Amino acid sequence: MALLNPRQKELICKIVYYGPGLGGKTTNLKYIFEHTSPMSRGELVTLNTQGDRTLYFDVLPLNLGTIKGYKIRFQLYTVPGQVFYSESRKIILRGVDGVVFVADSQQERMDANIESLEDLQENLRQYDYSFANLPYVLQLNKRDLPNIVPAEEMKKILVLKGEPVVEAVAIRGIGVMETLKEVSKLVLLKLKKEMK
Amino acid sequence: MSFLVLYGEEYEEIKRILLQLKEETNSRIALIVEKNGQPIAFIGEVDGVDTTSLGSLVAGNVAATEGLARLLGEQGFSLIFDEGERENLHMTLIASKFILAVLFDKKTSLGLVRLRAKNAANRLEKVFKRLEEKMEQDKEKMGEGESPFEDISEEDIENLFK
Ligand SMILES: Nc1nc2c(ncn2[C@@H]2O[C@H](COP(=O)(O)OP(=O)(O)OP(=O)(O)O)[C@@H](O)[C@H]2O)c(=O)[nH]1
Ligand SMILES: [Mg+2]
Repeated sequence: MALLNPRQKELICKIVYYGPGLGGKTTNLKYIFEHTSPMSRGELVTLNTQGDRTLYFDVLPLNLGTIKGYKIRFQLYTVPGQVFYSESRKIILRGVDGVVFVADSQQERMDANIESLEDLQENLRQYDYSFANLPYVLQLNKRDLPNIVPAEEMKKILVLKGEPVVEAVAIRGIGVMETLKEVSKLVLLKLKKEMK
Repeated sequence: MSFLVLYGEEYEEIKRILLQLKEETNSRIALIVEKNGQPIAFIGEVDGVDTTSLGSLVAGNVAATEGLARLLGEQGFSLIFDEGERENLHMTLIASKFILAVLFDKKTSLGLVRLRAKNAANRLEKVFKRLEEKMEQDKEKMGEGESPFEDISEEDIENLFK
């Protein structure tokens, strides 16, 4: 749920990076953290297992800049992708304004992508959030690896509602900012419509 | 409704209540965060503390505790208390939607914080109720004036990323 504060002149939105384990969600946030000036972001908080897997969530507060005198602030969250952390995913998804689905392009991860996508939809249903109206972007990550599924084929399987698709190599930052831009656009344009 | 408007009048009142709570209890920080992690207001020694992240973690902590309560078949709870080495964090739920958190140290006592936080939570609950009613009433206009985003364009958004 976005928060509009006319006195402070700021808008705060919640974005969640979703997707299968090891797909690169945390890597997206790390890249954004490392490539924005300390002035325009807060701490990157990661709640990890010892092996660097997300245990509960990561969160990064980001100041995108101003529009019409309003500070646009995004809170970027990632969920833990591993199947058994289902409760945590549900908690983090609550009150979400936009979702980025980080898919793993490797052949052997296609089933995991599909399973995670179903899990996302199920969790949205439980909150009575409409997936059809949700600002949503699909990122095809790990395009640098040799054993990947062609992008066109992935789109056929994973695209659900004509959402923007961004090909990415998150460890090198390729496509990371573009993904964020796409989801920002959808979130802000949706709010514009609702605030009329 | 997918957004919440913090109208100026109510926002100022929320901050006044937080400030009073902080001063009465001689604590370091008093803050309110929405249960989903959205920061609402902060008062106190916030230098060197990323208050937004603090808010997210407070909300995450409460959500996890509630999850535990559900799992164990408890009815829920209204308060958690973490005893750290030097810092203590006291959390109170407001209308099951917001969290009031007070960060304090040895300068004050848990008993006092608990008492005053409960009082503040009751007052805050009324303010949030008023906020909701206001939003219901004027879905059309955005508090202090027109909707700021009415004529926002894709280009405005593109410019954020330049
Ligand atoms: N080759 C390659 N590796 C990547 C890419 N993006 C991420 N990785 C690696 O994939 C591994 C997992 O990345 P994370 O970002 O931790 O994955 P995650 O989605 O957060 O995983 P969970 O927290 O378990 O859900 C790390 O070793 C990353 O360095 C990429 O574009 N290409
Ligand atoms: Mg992770």
